[in-house]
Amino acid sequence: MEHFALWLAAFLTLGIVSFLYKDNPWYKLCEAIFVGLSAGYWFVVLFWDNIYGKFWVGVFPLEEFDEAGREITAEPDYWLFVGAALGILMLMRLVPNIGWISRWPLAFIVGSTAGLYLINYFSSNMMRQVQGTIVPLFGAGYDASAYAIVGNIVVAVGTFAGLVYFFFSKEHRGVFGGTAKVGVFFLMLTFGASFGYTVMSRMSLLIGRMDFLLGDWLGMIK
Amino acid sequence: MRRQIPLFITFFVGTLLIFSVFIPPMETWGEDFTLFFDIIAVFAFFLGGGNLMRVHFNKLTRRKQDWTYSIVTLAGFFFMLVLGLLKIGNPGGIAASVTAEGSWFQTMFNDVLNPLQSTMYALLAFFVASASYRAFRAKNREATILLVAAFIILLGRTPFGMYLTAWVPESFSVLQIPNLAIWIMNSPNLAGQRAIIIGIGLGVVSMSMRLILGIERTYLGDDSG
Repeated sequence: MEHFALWLAAFLTLGIVSFLYKDNPWYKLCEAIFVGLSAGYWFVVLFWDNIYGKFWVGVFPLEEFDEAGREITAEPDYWLFVGAALGILMLMRLVPNIGWISRWPLAFIVGSTAGLYLINYFSSNMMRQVQGTIVPLFGAGYDASAYAIVGNIVVAVGTFAGLVYFFFSKEHRGVFGGTAKVGVFFLMLTFGASFGYTVMSRMSLLIGRMDFLLGDWLGMIK
Repeated sequence: MRRQIPLFITFFVGTLLIFSVFIPPMETWGEDFTLFFDIIAVFAFFLGGGNLMRVHFNKLTRRKQDWTYSIVTLAGFFFMLVLGLLKIGNPGGIAASVTAEGSWFQTMFNDVLNPLQSTMYALLAFFVASASYRAFRAKNREATILLVAAFIILLGRTPFGMYLTAWVPESFSVLQIPNLAIWIMNSPNLAGQRAIIIGIGLGVVSMSMRLILGIERTYLGDDSG
């Protein structure tokens, strides 16, 4: 069985890699398998995690006992029926005449996401980032190394200049334009770093697949 | 009414969750609503699965181009559904986790889905390399900075980068490519990231306000449906 799984994984890996030559039936077969299996996989995982694990177990809690044999089963949470009802309303999209009802759960999702994100993003993306930028440049007790001082100055100047670049209500001219230009340099550096980082992560995946083919499958790498 | 009720729901739920942060007994409402959200998401996934079946059955019955692959897609989809929902071949039976090690469902993930997924992502390495070869030109200062930063990060994460600047004395160790890559990631990259993150935060806050106040209504679609 293990031997079969190894050959199957190698067959599928080579099938996907064959796309580098051109679109071909082998690749299309692997792609079709990937689409079908991954849709089925996530469907099942979401069903057991959310419908069973969160809804069913929440409404009908499993019986639990402590070491002394006393029942410590959680109280049923009937509010979860609201979530299930909204979920069923989502399926109304399939009924042409009353498809507009599916907007209600959608509105619930949009409203709750907006409400949660407004506070969370304000706190994590704005306040904490600003807090992290405004630090003593020379260290709390003037004890920072030259390396750290340069790093602190670069972070403070770069963040400020980057934000100036994103401020489009004023024309980018003069000192303001110069600062925005510095901001662009920092942003370009960030994009370059992100690009390099992404390439390396893909490369490590590729190395992993090559290691599988040449090592696990063909046994050429010990 | 078709638009007013959803707009009211969005306003009510959004406002409620904002106020819940400031009122201690309501503090857990955010988590409760996230739970509802998770349950609704599964039904949305039902719609997605239904759509996948509809598209491929349609392709199959009308004998459209490459219809044979639709058989494979549908077979794979149903196969995983049967394996997972009925927990066939699960060593712990129906009570055990569907992703328990040794279950047929998890074996399919490990031996079939995982190789396919990682090879699919690994393939991007070739496309990124080919695209960057064609698009990367140090035409101006901005492009040069991007190119140099990417090059240093790439080199800094390989043994070759270390080998290349191993001769640099220890007192100037920051100029060794791996250390330079770390410095770029921790300082100028952090500055750029922060500017972007703060910008995203401002954007999300303003978009949330627009949604809650009913100014942004595109999510409702048109009234033809």
